[in-house]
Amino acid sequence: MSNGNMNLTLKVWRQKNAQTAGKFVTYKAEGISPDMSFLEMLDVVNESLVHKGEDPIYFDHDCREGICGMCSLYINGHPHGPKRAITTCQLHMRSFHDGQTITIEPWRAAPFPVIKDLAVDRSAFDRIQQAGGYVSVNTGGVPDANEIAIPKVIADEAFNSATCIGCGACVAACKNASAMLFVSAKVSQLGMLPQGQPERYRRVQSMVAQMDEEGFGSCTNTGACEAECPKEIKLTNISRMNNDYFSAKLFRQEELHEQSHGE
Amino acid sequence: MVLDAKIPAGPLAEKWSTHKFNLKLVNPANKRKYDIIVVGTGLAGGAAAASLAELGYNVKAFCFQDSPRRAHSIAAQGGINAAKNYRNDGDSVYRLFYDTIKGGDYRAREGNVYRLAEVSVNIIDQCVAQGVPFAREYGGLLDNRSFGGAQVSRTFYARGQTGQQLLLGAYSALNRQINAGKVKMFTRTEMLDVVIVDGKAQGIVTRNLETGKIETHSGHAVLLCTGGYGNVFYLSTNAMGCNVTAAWRAHKRGAFFGNPCYTQIHPTCIPVTGDHQSKLTLMSESLRNDGRVWAPKTVELAQKLRKGELKVTDLKEEDRDYFLERKYPSFGNLVPRDVASRNGKEMVDEGRGVGSTGVAVFLDFADAIKRLGEDAVRAKYGNLFDMYYQITNEDPYKQPMRIYPAVHYTMGGLWVDYNLMTNVDGLYALGEANFSDHGANRLGASALMQGLADGYFVIPYTVGDYLAKIGPKPVDTKHPAFEQTKKEVEERIKKLLALRGSKTVDEYHRELGHIMWEYCGMARNEEGLKKAKGLIQNLRADFWKNAIVLGENEELNQSLEKAGRVADFLELGELMVDDALMRKESCGGHFRIESQTPEGEALRDDEHFAFVSAWEYKGDNQPEELHKEELVFENVHLTQRSYK
Repeated sequence: MSNGNMNLTLKVWRQKNAQTAGKFVTYKAEGISPDMSFLEMLDVVNESLVHKGEDPIYFDHDCREGICGMCSLYINGHPHGPKRAITTCQLHMRSFHDGQTITIEPWRAAPFPVIKDLAVDRSAFDRIQQAGGYVSVNTGGVPDANEIAIPKVIADEAFNSATCIGCGACVAACKNASAMLFVSAKVSQLGMLPQGQPERYRRVQSMVAQMDEEGFGSCTNTGACEAECPKEIKLTNISRMNNDYFSAKLFRQEELHEQSHGE
Repeated sequence: MVLDAKIPAGPLAEKWSTHKFNLKLVNPANKRKYDIIVVGTGLAGGAAAASLAELGYNVKAFCFQDSPRRAHSIAAQGGINAAKNYRNDGDSVYRLFYDTIKGGDYRAREGNVYRLAEVSVNIIDQCVAQGVPFAREYGGLLDNRSFGGAQVSRTFYARGQTGQQLLLGAYSALNRQINAGKVKMFTRTEMLDVVIVDGKAQGIVTRNLETGKIETHSGHAVLLCTGGYGNVFYLSTNAMGCNVTAAWRAHKRGAFFGNPCYTQIHPTCIPVTGDHQSKLTLMSESLRNDGRVWAPKTVELAQKLRKGELKVTDLKEEDRDYFLERKYPSFGNLVPRDVASRNGKEMVDEGRGVGSTGVAVFLDFADAIKRLGEDAVRAKYGNLFDMYYQITNEDPYKQPMRIYPAVHYTMGGLWVDYNLMTNVDGLYALGEANFSDHGANRLGASALMQGLADGYFVIPYTVGDYLAKIGPKPVDTKHPAFEQTKKEVEERIKKLLALRGSKTVDEYHRELGHIMWEYCGMARNEEGLKKAKGLIQNLRADFWKNAIVLGENEELNQSLEKAGRVADFLELGELMVDDALMRKESCGGHFRIESQTPEGEALRDDEHFAFVSAWEYKGDNQPEELHKEELVFENVHLTQRSYK
């Protein structure tokens, strides 16, 4: 495991706010234990900056156990760093070596403007979910939980899609800044479950429409999103979404029409 | 002042139905004339905001994270209890009630806990209807597992990510209402104070974390769903942003703080590795279904393991002490959290701890892997094993996990009555932010249950009663209290930003954490607590002289955010110590060394301490005043808890 501490060189993107231009600033990270997480390493750097009276590096983070989706960081050209299937907060310094130079950037995508340094505005993701990422049931008055049997394979597959943490790594990894993997995960989860059927075709149209409005790019099936996704969300979700979207457009378009003119 | 918990009269099983009938209603057309403020968007806040908006109220919801989906409920792993009795193993509403009361060491209200057990069944129905993908069996029906403190399998789960799936369910319901225009959502916005107008909570003061803009928001009622205060210990399983500020500000405006010393130390967390550590990671209690907890039989063996002279996998069966199974044959590894934690600590104190620091015991899956096969174990706990591997670089399929207790949850919180209203009119507290349902120790898989019960099924009824009584007259936003409270918030920020000393806010926080863990952690005594009180007072005084807070208000300023939160923790810490000093008995998670049975279990003193402590703020650096709400037990008989 640990063979003493490391000294590293960091090239960190610093940007005061969305209005000003950013630039790389070089910092030394010294005496870094291999048992530290990547974010703890940044904590150490920040502590020393504060002691010098310099503005600490801003990055988003919260749970630090890989589930809240708040942390981001483009590390040496990879969202969430070089290892697969983990978030930045789960990345440990033992994945780096003494003397290494590490480049740290924010997610780069037009629909994710930089707020400060390494933090970006991902509210576009929320707006896509608000457009239709739900089953329209009110609290109360629902059937018993065991009334509808769901085959285990379907439930498990829906669960796999539902594990998306909404971090945005898929968008950051994509050369087109496409959000297809993110959107398709929710479309698939609800589209596979019986509870999601009544709104299945409406949902896919509303969510895709919002995704386009936010300015995310198109999918060209490169698969970088799948490769970089910390939760290993599969490209098959995109196929399912395309399938539902085309059937909706071809055969069920009246539903969306009805929704926008109804009530 | 006499605290009125407003528990409805009548038989236990009828209290909630009777109460619901007696509550006043707001007619559908009038609901849109009321504004409700919901602070926090975890299970309690998300569920409340969505449900109240569905009813027709105008809701303003606030979270400090960049999205409501990030709330720390998301990190809950193991499951959610419900008295469905789908297993035919003898569960019932009464049994869940009884287990919860007993698990809480008889320091919770019977009425509240029974209601919680009663609505638990509705929660599962609601979540399934939202599309929450709970674990299922091949027949297509829902699966269950066992959790600590219960002898039935009543825990519903979604792999090791139950909190995530439940929160995303609540988040989707919230999104639907945002889309419908009934909820106005404010993200990256932190509540910094409550506005009290003529004794009623009618608004809040917030800071936009991106721009620093201080704003006031008005509402007919204010719901605080802002979680617990475990981060007072610096190291805990809480997310980095979890804080007490909203609850503490409300406390300083008159809301009583209930049972602040009741802290849950979770037995199975990944041990600390060094001073750089920023947080601790839980290994779900569900692991104790199949994992066996043990320590080496002798100090010598433990030393050899620590020095690496002996490999854990080479240790003979007869040299292992499965201490929970040995001491508690009927509950075994599934004793409640407080019991498991104290026993783990005992092993370490005896010198039988393992790992390089010697501050850990083992959680072993070798038997389960032999019995079920590695694939079955992976299917059940795969993500937890992966998480463990990422952090420790050790493979739990090949060698036992090392675990140690860590701060996980706080049973204490704002005092609320049966309607979830604090003693301040119109100010409510839901979920972990209130003190109400778990007594002195929370059972596993009950936090998700309580958060959702409060948000989906309690507050929609009880808040209506209050709103109907005060009437739909718009809140007078011109009232001077709004401007005055805002001014006070701005002055405090100025004061913080003027601090240009020599110690970082994190350094203060870490030091406070050490004091709390050492003297107000798993075991407490009078001498240590008195010492802690002095240390905290000094640390707080030093903070206000010597802390470094950089930057300005009008920007995204993490120094400032942290400073405000740590300043509040420095006040709360002292109150926790006061509460622990006052409670000269042991109960649940509150273990006073002076009060234990001959076997070393927590010894209650029902004659003198069967009450809820509710503390009233009396001014800066003034002792707080204690109020007592006597706990009345009409249905359960108070006994020494036994899991043997």
